[in-house]
Amino acid sequence: MTAPLAARVRRRPGRMRGLWDASPLTYLALVVAIVLSLFPIYWMIVIATRGNDVVADVPPPMLPGGQFGENAARLFANEDAYFLKGLLNSAVVSGAVTLSTVFFASLAGFAFAKLRFRGRNALLLTIVATMMIPVQMGIIPLYMIMVRLGWQNSLQAVIVPFLVTGFGVFMMRQYADQAVPDELIEAARVDGCTTFGIYWRVVLPALRPAAGVLGLLTFMQTWNEFMWPLAVLNPDNPTVQLSINNLANAYFADYSLMFAGTTVAVLPLLVVFVIFGRQIIGGIMEGAVKA
Amino acid sequence: MSLDLRPARTDRRARPAAKAPPRSRLARFELKFSPYLFISPFFLVFLVFGGFPLVYTLWVSLHDWGLLSGNRDFVGLDNFAYLAGDGDFWRAVVNTVGIFLLATIPQLLLALGVAAALDRRMKASTLFRVGMVAPLVTSTAAVAIVFTQIFDRDFGVVNYLLGLAGIGPIDWTVARGWSWVAISAMVNWRWIGYNALIYLAAMQAIPRDLYEAAAIDGASRLRQFWQITVPLLRPTIVFTVIISTIGGLQLFTEPVLFGAGSSNRMDGGAMHQFQTITMYMFDNAFGEDRYGYGAAIAWALFLMIIAFSLVNFLLVRRAGGTR
Repeated sequence: MTAPLAARVRRRPGRMRGLWDASPLTYLALVVAIVLSLFPIYWMIVIATRGNDVVADVPPPMLPGGQFGENAARLFANEDAYFLKGLLNSAVVSGAVTLSTVFFASLAGFAFAKLRFRGRNALLLTIVATMMIPVQMGIIPLYMIMVRLGWQNSLQAVIVPFLVTGFGVFMMRQYADQAVPDELIEAARVDGCTTFGIYWRVVLPALRPAAGVLGLLTFMQTWNEFMWPLAVLNPDNPTVQLSINNLANAYFADYSLMFAGTTVAVLPLLVVFVIFGRQIIGGIMEGAVKA
Repeated sequence: MSLDLRPARTDRRARPAAKAPPRSRLARFELKFSPYLFISPFFLVFLVFGGFPLVYTLWVSLHDWGLLSGNRDFVGLDNFAYLAGDGDFWRAVVNTVGIFLLATIPQLLLALGVAAALDRRMKASTLFRVGMVAPLVTSTAAVAIVFTQIFDRDFGVVNYLLGLAGIGPIDWTVARGWSWVAISAMVNWRWIGYNALIYLAAMQAIPRDLYEAAAIDGASRLRQFWQITVPLLRPTIVFTVIISTIGGLQLFTEPVLFGAGSSNRMDGGAMHQFQTITMYMFDNAFGEDRYGYGAAIAWALFLMIIAFSLVNFLLVRRAGGTR
């Protein structure tokens, strides 16, 4: 939203041109910040591709080695980590939660932005209020519910409570409000579309950019979830975060094994980031402007 | 059905329905109820898995409640009375607040600095932004494992670098203060880039003319930053402070993994030196089968988060207002 404005202001010639250029000192500071920011990720890869013997080296090794295949093989063969199962579980859980959140949040966001109904504003306010509540604090009764339903140690327990979030609904509402022209909806209505038909054929296509960002954020967050899976799943049916936790528990001195685990656990996120990095950054910055 | 008995509205859409052929009536019904249908999934999920558990936590906290033992005795406010005098709980409070301060203040100040740097016109600005948010797309548990190794007493990179300067070696997991520093380093590392982007977005919305005028009046860059940028960023700063407060006081994953190798990971070190409130709650409920007491801790933490958010909100607002 603000980018074009800022670009326009900056492009204007005049005395500001020199004042706003980054000084060499600014570049230096940013380079240091980037190095610090990337070093732990780089270090993880260095150790994951080497043997345990280098960990004690002085000075520490700074280049990746060629042993990743070996370490990964040990990782997937490890009987305590259930690593492959953890990866599959995480893929299923994150995929299901992401699809469902995008669908239900855009549906509700559309309703709040474009449909008139009694109690609309009060209900929207309720949703905003729920965003302030740290849901983790209800973890004890949540666990009791799962016991009652017989869902402990099953994947429903880590999927169903997160099918749709207040944040998602609110984000979609904000976007739908400005991205979907009322005339388009009226026209579809006159053509005999049902309300759901309007959502499916007119609104959802228009919401695609915001839906994409919400999907990415939801996927990353779900993939990253730790405390609730730790409470409700057993070590033999883990998500990938619990798999590396199992490893850290039992093999805390076997660094190349653990780091191979963390690398594989982070890899899907890094791939998502490399492909969609720009959209993620745009999403964070746009969300910030609206908040 | 009862809605059909109301007088027909006179607007364009309602007119065909007045004749009430079955299909139109259906269409009108659809028009009225589909909004509620569309928003119902959120409310259903929230009521069952969000709102109800939060309230029910209060009910559980009034009991001596064990899932394994089968106990469920009503004990009134006993859990809260015990909590008030529980040294383990208060130590966890001190740990949490200590880590929170070490993690939040540098985080937001550095984020401001990074944002101010990114706000300059420069080459490869996208590259710098991507580099700064990369930590956000790693998983917390994975990063905690990597940092635990980086802060290892014997083989860690941090102690190696400190050794070059003639300092150390520091035993990061054992000393209380140092363990806080190591854990806050993970939090700072992860969130500085995210907050910097949020600040950057807000900075770009500030009209450049303001700076031009200040520069003509002879204000230095530093002075421009404190007297123009920071005051105009106040709402954004309040937002980030609140978000950091809610997240920081619930800190869990990082300290749990930092205790790798100890017999009970929820202890937060042999002397409980980095056990946070959430870990203490988790340990009581899921480790010790004391769900009632765990629920009392959860409520205490919830109230603490509200109180801290309010205090921070007022502090930031006043600090901004006097500048």
